[in-house]
Amino acid sequence: MTGRAAKTIRVETLARVEGEGSLYIKLVGERVADVKLKIYEPPRFFEAFLRGRHFSEAPDITARICGICPIAYQMSAVHAIERAFGVQISPAIRLLRRLFYCGEWIESHTLHIYMLHAPDFLGYADVIAMAKDHRALVEKALRLKKIGNRIMQLLGGREIHPISAAVGGFYKVPTKQQLRDLREDLEWALAASLETVHWTAGLEFPKFEQDYEFVALRHPNEYPLNEGRLVSNRGLDIDTAEYEDHFVELQVKHSNALHSVVRGRGSYLVGPLARFNLNFDKLPAIAREAASDARMRPPITNIFQSIVVRAVELVFACDEALRLIREYEPPAAPRADVHNRIGVGQAITEAPRGILYHRYALDENGMILTAKIVPPTSQNQKRIEDDLREYAGQLVAWPIEEATWKCEQAIRSYDPCISCATHFLKLVVDRNEI
Amino acid sequence: MLIIGCGNQQRSDDAVGILVTEKLRKLGIRADICNGGSAELIEAWTGAKDVIVVDAVVTGAPVGTVQAWNIRETPISVAAPPSTHGLGVAEAIELARILDRLPVRLRIYGIEGRRFAAGGEISPELDFAIDEVVRKIIEDLRGNNECSSPPALLGCGPGTRD
Repeated sequence: MTGRAAKTIRVETLARVEGEGSLYIKLVGERVADVKLKIYEPPRFFEAFLRGRHFSEAPDITARICGICPIAYQMSAVHAIERAFGVQISPAIRLLRRLFYCGEWIESHTLHIYMLHAPDFLGYADVIAMAKDHRALVEKALRLKKIGNRIMQLLGGREIHPISAAVGGFYKVPTKQQLRDLREDLEWALAASLETVHWTAGLEFPKFEQDYEFVALRHPNEYPLNEGRLVSNRGLDIDTAEYEDHFVELQVKHSNALHSVVRGRGSYLVGPLARFNLNFDKLPAIAREAASDARMRPPITNIFQSIVVRAVELVFACDEALRLIREYEPPAAPRADVHNRIGVGQAITEAPRGILYHRYALDENGMILTAKIVPPTSQNQKRIEDDLREYAGQLVAWPIEEATWKCEQAIRSYDPCISCATHFLKLVVDRNEI
Repeated sequence: MLIIGCGNQQRSDDAVGILVTEKLRKLGIRADICNGGSAELIEAWTGAKDVIVVDAVVTGAPVGTVQAWNIRETPISVAAPPSTHGLGVAEAIELARILDRLPVRLRIYGIEGRRFAAGGEISPELDFAIDEVVRKIIEDLRGNNECSSPPALLGCGPGTRD
């Protein structure tokens, strides 16, 4: 008996995240002795599955990795392959891809804000319990999500696992009228998004400011979705093709997922907070004003406030979709000519949860030799552990149920898509006295 | 009658709902696929009065067991341990009940699954179960089937979302 208490926080099943995993935290006295985010299931199934496939299959195969962000996977795939082949896409295709991505952001951010994360802040076990008392919020969420799905369905051919995106463009593009038909819904969605910023800003946030390295795309003229250089608040400013020179994935004994770190520095944060802090000046005026009214000015360094930033990005996505619809002129051809050649192509796009890296090596027949995919959640995973190591220290004196709840809330702030990172994760919290 | 097969073809046994849909289509019977989450399922049945949903379930029964429940009448438990994948079919049902968006008649055919890993093969026992559910749905279309209330625990396969 040392006289110091050892406590273990263990959560067997982490709910309201996409996938399965577990978390183990050991506290000894006031000190956090161990934090392990455990991941099950082989994470690299899809990379192996892509080898030997024709490049044209990559958008469809990778779209199936995640039910929440299929567009992100398609977009990183087509951009990477286009880079390998030297394909130039037309401005209209570029516009449609951006609109496609807005649909996914609307769908995914709404799901996370209202259905997965709001119950944490309002004190409910899940959205079903929350719906009994907050029916209007859930109805609003369903309508917002449906509008995101409509965009995805129109451009993708179907809403989950869309099939229309192709290397060079789309198999089929919409008419001007088809896009105009979305306008009324999107105007409602924009108003609902502004309400969402106001509502989330009124929630209570634990005090938890951290010194993050934020990593996001940055484009000279716009809030990032499909393109840009990769930048950070610690001086990183690289072409996306240089990603693997600056970031490395480490094997971790307790997890099937790889932990991604910045070479020579360590963990980093991707996602809404990183995008917002590094690209605030590129948000449209309506989103900047909504953020300012909510007293959200960069740098935001409290991960719990991600829910507000997600709402600001919801405003951006709706406003941007409306702008793109106004400017759309159908392209002469739905997709550019694609001539395959031996090569390697890399791309990064901004999935709702953060940057998604793809690299493909292709042979002379357009067959995939190797594929590498680094999803946003595996990039945030080490940062989640670092945050929990810090945060759990604040929870030493708390009853086990509340400490567990708080740890889960912290993890959900990252909107972890554990299916993408590892294809399964569980969270466990235990506490014992010795 | 609206028939919806739920699941994910990349997740081993979770593909059964979709495989039932595909078989029905080959027989000329209209059936939809839902591989999204709760919100998509609620949208899918909005406006329909008589709905059949087919999905993989985990209830502890032998693999390939087919169970049928009339969901409209009795609340189901959504405390199913495997449901860590966001929001699935069981959650959709209870959420729709609260929001008054349940169809007048909602029947679930649950096919007991065993494995839900990405990229895995479907369990061989499920081949017979798929045919059994197809037969039952054909009988439903003729208006012949009775089914029970749901058990206390209904766990939908973890791959309803991937």
